[in-house]
Amino acid sequence: MVQLSLPKNSEIKKGKYFKDKTGSKNLRKVNIYRWDPSTDEGPRIDTYEVDMDNCPSKVLDILNKIKNEIDSTITYRRSCAHGVCGSCAMNMGGKNGLACTTPHAEIDGDIDIYPLPHLKVKKDLIGDLDGLYKQYQSIEPWLKNNSTKETTEIYQSKEDRAKLDGAYECIMCACCSTSCPSYWWNGDKYLGPAVLLQAYRWIIDSRDEERKARLKKVADELKLYRCHTILNCTNACPKGLNPAKAIAEIKKMLATANV
Amino acid sequence: MKAYNIIDHEYDVVVLGAGGSGLRAAVGLSEAGLKTACISKVFPTRSHTSAAQGGISAALGNMGEDDWRWHMYDTVKGADWLGDQDSIEYLCKEAPKAVLELEKYGVPFSRTEEGKIYQRPFGGMTKNYGNGIVQRTCAAADRTGHAILHTLYGQALKHNTEFFIEYFALDLLMKDGECKGLIAWNLNDGTIHRFRAHTVIIATGGYGKVYYSATSAHTCTGDGNAMVLRAGLPLQDMEFVQFHPTGIYGHGTLISEGVRGEGGYLVNSKGERFMERYAPNAKDLASRDVVSRSMSIEINEGRGVGKDQDHVHLHLSHLDKSVIENRLPGITEAARLFANVDVTKDPIPVVPTVHYNMGGIPTNYKAEVLTMNGSEKTVTGLMAIGEAACVSVHGANRLGSNSLIDLVVFGRAAAKRAAELVKPGTPHEEIPETETQKCLDRFDKLRNAQGDNSTAELRLSMQKTMQSKCAVFRTEKNLKQGVDEIGKTYDGMDSISVKDKSLVFNTDLVETLEFDNLIRQAVATVDSAYHRKESRGAHAREDYPKRDDEKFMQHTLAWCDGKNTKISYRPVHQSTLTNEVQYFPPQERVY
Repeated sequence: MVQLSLPKNSEIKKGKYFKDKTGSKNLRKVNIYRWDPSTDEGPRIDTYEVDMDNCPSKVLDILNKIKNEIDSTITYRRSCAHGVCGSCAMNMGGKNGLACTTPHAEIDGDIDIYPLPHLKVKKDLIGDLDGLYKQYQSIEPWLKNNSTKETTEIYQSKEDRAKLDGAYECIMCACCSTSCPSYWWNGDKYLGPAVLLQAYRWIIDSRDEERKARLKKVADELKLYRCHTILNCTNACPKGLNPAKAIAEIKKMLATANV
Repeated sequence: MKAYNIIDHEYDVVVLGAGGSGLRAAVGLSEAGLKTACISKVFPTRSHTSAAQGGISAALGNMGEDDWRWHMYDTVKGADWLGDQDSIEYLCKEAPKAVLELEKYGVPFSRTEEGKIYQRPFGGMTKNYGNGIVQRTCAAADRTGHAILHTLYGQALKHNTEFFIEYFALDLLMKDGECKGLIAWNLNDGTIHRFRAHTVIIATGGYGKVYYSATSAHTCTGDGNAMVLRAGLPLQDMEFVQFHPTGIYGHGTLISEGVRGEGGYLVNSKGERFMERYAPNAKDLASRDVVSRSMSIEINEGRGVGKDQDHVHLHLSHLDKSVIENRLPGITEAARLFANVDVTKDPIPVVPTVHYNMGGIPTNYKAEVLTMNGSEKTVTGLMAIGEAACVSVHGANRLGSNSLIDLVVFGRAAAKRAAELVKPGTPHEEIPETETQKCLDRFDKLRNAQGDNSTAELRLSMQKTMQSKCAVFRTEKNLKQGVDEIGKTYDGMDSISVKDKSLVFNTDLVETLEFDNLIRQAVATVDSAYHRKESRGAHAREDYPKRDDEKFMQHTLAWCDGKNTKISYRPVHQSTLTNEVQYFPPQERVY
């Protein structure tokens, strides 16, 4: 009979329980994924009772409160705290989002906080995005235009500039790509919604002179066509962008243009 | 002490920080063929440049006549004559070139009907030396910083810049007063890295997190500034802290000055547009220190809004819907998320909030770091750019949209200067091991600290002191209390505690090292403020309400050895760089 064994660190155990010490009547239980690569222990879920009477409205506020007042060892990325830097992307109450813009009131029951799904974990809530960053580099995210005149700008009509709206705002938080089943299975080859949205941003920039070459580069069964329009990406985007539409536009351009 | 395994690197130039200025420098250095490393504690696009909203100033003249000399005059006046006019001339003259270069890199600027870069009005930006408003601030909607940062990261990728990401820098390596490199801790695997370099360029940004309420990111801890202090070098003009007039009440999120540029205005509890009283000409578009002070006076005199009458309202619901949608989409989202306000219907509750540090590492216009040793001297091997630097172009108060232009102009200048000074591939000198040992001793001591004070408690105590004793209005008594309280908090570090002892992504230790950096800058800030007995720009002393050019048209220099400071002064440069423009002598500053 075939012996199936789970890979190392795939079993999550129950961890420590941090009981409230403030005496607050308004408590919520927060369950947080913990894993420290410097120990031999596998991952665990630690539970914290948090006094909600003295906690601002976002999930990041809960994490900061725990780190400052209860357990300084919990580890997560955070920076701007208002949804522009993309550092604090994680899975909260089963949904990907930015901890700094996600209200905890929107999560029913206990608050479960995990790293973004299907990434290697570096520690606790910190996921490994190196693969995604390499894919980003592969689409050559810079303007290709041979205009060299130093003293003039490249003109762009308001209409052409409007095409970039909904694409240039991406903050590369990876909420979309890590919510995509196709990316889960083929993340090493499929570019995923975040990177394809970036590819689209350069393809449709009227100032760029390499549109055809850019299209050709992504026109690949694995890089692009692993998108099966599941639309989890659009659902997950904390900036309200629509990567699925961008991918559809790329497919449409490939189907109609002579590339 | 447990021995740490050290990994050595050799580079022509090391750039510390990967925000707007660091990336621009790195691109220039790579173009010049210098072997360059760019080290950052966060992935480049997470840097705080991403939060800049309103725009980047440059006298392009796309929306009517403009002249870089007018821009220079506005900057000199905005700085309340504390800026060095040679540097300001360089900034304003180079600005149009730098913006056109960004456009060519691919920044998605908003456009005019003719397809040119769109420019909006901003505080303190005028035409013809103070006669009327000019549209000088180039914008990509209200996400200009984000657009520039992502574009510059793309350029760095294009030039194959070598990045060391999620490395936390610990200290500079100094030898006989010259900088020879730095030491950093790789958070990803816990290793210690020693970088030898002929030039280190510090681009670590501001230190807004010494205050309780700031628009700054959690990561704005001025690490480079503190490294400079520990290297025995001074910081300059640290008392000049900009309070942005419009941070969201209670949360601190920035609401761009672009809102007022597009026609928004401030209102008190009586429904008055009170800025008309304080700045009859520029009104809501007076410079930031003026608007923040006016708001504070309104609140102090009982005309604030809300239950505690402790903030004011920013109205924009009268603006055309298309203006809000096309030019202010980001702040619409921020107001909804953090103030629960629909800006098309209701005003945003706002309050002056710490936003920018005019002070920092003293440099000349070529980005070379300066110190005083009898006279002004450059520090060999060390440069600083961006908010970490004090060039000084912003003097006592920075104008809105002059920060982004500072990043790219001086990022570029640093790369140029380094290319003149460093011959690619020059062999490196040996650095005495004592420098490495000193750095690792501090690191190891904090890592194994087992005292009674948590980092978070000490940080909160520092932030509350700075917020109450070193705020918009200052007095001798308050500042003296501030000096004493910050000193006590500094002493609290003797018994600090770090619970996480690991080396991989130990953010407990990172926050403690950041606190060690912050508290040193808090000491420098409050002590510099205590010693400046005049009012100038962002430094408003109730007990010395007038500007005193005779005594204080000088830059403060603060050396800090722990909590002990030495304060000295160096004269403001009172000449221009070329004869293309005349020196602007001090005048009374009215808007």
